[in-house]
Amino acid sequence: MPKPILTIKKLTKIYGSNVIFRDIDLTVNEGDTIVIIGPSGTGKSTLLRCVNLLTQPNSGQIWLGDMEITAEDANEDLVRQHIGMVFQNFLLFNHLTALENVKLGLTKVKHLNEKVAEAKAFNELKRVGLSDRAYHYPGQLSGGQQQRVGIARALAMDPRIMLFDEPTSALDPELIGEVLEVMRDLARSGMTMLVVTHEMGFAREVADRIVFMEKGSIVEEGAPDDLFYRPKFERTREFLWKITELYGKQEGADTSSKTVLPEAPLEGTPVEGPTS
Amino acid sequence: MNVAVFVKYIAQGTAYTLGVTAVALPSGLVLGTLFALLAVYGGKVLRQIMTFYSTVMRGIPPIVLLLILYFVMSGQINLSPFWAGSISLGIISSAYQMEIIRGAILSVSSGQMMAARSIGLTRMQAITNVILPQTLRNAIAPWSNEAAIIIKDSSLVYALGVPEILRRAQLIGASSQSYLLAYLTAAIIYFLLVFTSSRLLGLLEKKLEIPANP
Repeated sequence: MPKPILTIKKLTKIYGSNVIFRDIDLTVNEGDTIVIIGPSGTGKSTLLRCVNLLTQPNSGQIWLGDMEITAEDANEDLVRQHIGMVFQNFLLFNHLTALENVKLGLTKVKHLNEKVAEAKAFNELKRVGLSDRAYHYPGQLSGGQQQRVGIARALAMDPRIMLFDEPTSALDPELIGEVLEVMRDLARSGMTMLVVTHEMGFAREVADRIVFMEKGSIVEEGAPDDLFYRPKFERTREFLWKITELYGKQEGADTSSKTVLPEAPLEGTPVEGPTS
Repeated sequence: MNVAVFVKYIAQGTAYTLGVTAVALPSGLVLGTLFALLAVYGGKVLRQIMTFYSTVMRGIPPIVLLLILYFVMSGQINLSPFWAGSISLGIISSAYQMEIIRGAILSVSSGQMMAARSIGLTRMQAITNVILPQTLRNAIAPWSNEAAIIIKDSSLVYALGVPEILRRAQLIGASSQSYLLAYLTAAIIYFLLVFTSSRLLGLLEKKLEIPANP
């Protein structure tokens, strides 16, 4: 019996008269990697921020295990300790070294003593392959390295679930691989992950389930192969085609597969391309 | 007339000038930082109050405020002109320093607060561990300007009778009838103080600079 770590029920977020998303239902089970895809402006990032209580939803509930974190009396600082977050633009603390970035939460939030915290922080950096960059400042690291420190910083808190908000969108193409590599290892190690990304290769390879969101609703969700080869909705098919074309990969047109990627829309068809 | 004695007499006021600065500048920084934090993180009402405070304080000449604050304070408690003047200058400076710190806080990206909260730091912890260390670094350059202004404005306590550089220059100028020499001596001392403080703060800024690749 799969154990749900994160349960989202009828979650709605509205800014003024602008509905970001409405009635989102989503469950993430322990050890699962769920990838959310969809055009930008569909509320994917806002959804992650709601889960981390960085943004208040207008209605609906979010449960972390069997604790309702959207409840009035929920301690948001405590909730965030259990939810790791990785940001699109890394958001490392600029005035601290890589090691200090990872250590800060351990000393200030978990109240570990200096020595223990430092050892643990060092271990987390090792896990993302950056033990040799421990004493570098963010300004001295490449984007890919910064993002790996960002992952280590979140991991250090021993979260029950990790949220990734387009972790590779701000990276130069040649730096994406090292970050995805770390994420792949993490998924294999059994970490529960909720990932917003446009990296279809990663999604197909690592995701247990892919969720396709558009215009504030979940259009379709399912196993990667189902979504790529047997999408129930025309819109899913179109989006996947576009994003595959955009990224120049033949992810869907796997030759070993019996099914072929859905027909391409006609050349020159006006399409609103997904942007990061 | 012995020039050495003359200069020495004026230079003895330097202790007062430095003393006034040493009280006014830090107290202005503490108040200014507090007010800036209230203005940025304190919500709408506090922001409006702080903006009102800053606008009024910066809209009145320091000497006028100094005299008002001095008479308000000396009416309530028994303070020497030195302390009353220094504290008044600190309060006046708090409005200017508040704007410096406010600008520096806003120049730290809002993402830093979000990232700090995301690992479970409270708002207060995020401010003290993440926002302020970056803010104060950003503030050193504009703050060095304010330090120069305070050193120079410390001459205003002359109006309260504190025997600082300008006051002594005037006294000895009158008694020796060498006004020009007296005021030039005062000018040189002020200049040296401002120049040195700017240099020192410049060094501090360099020292605290966050390393980055070019």
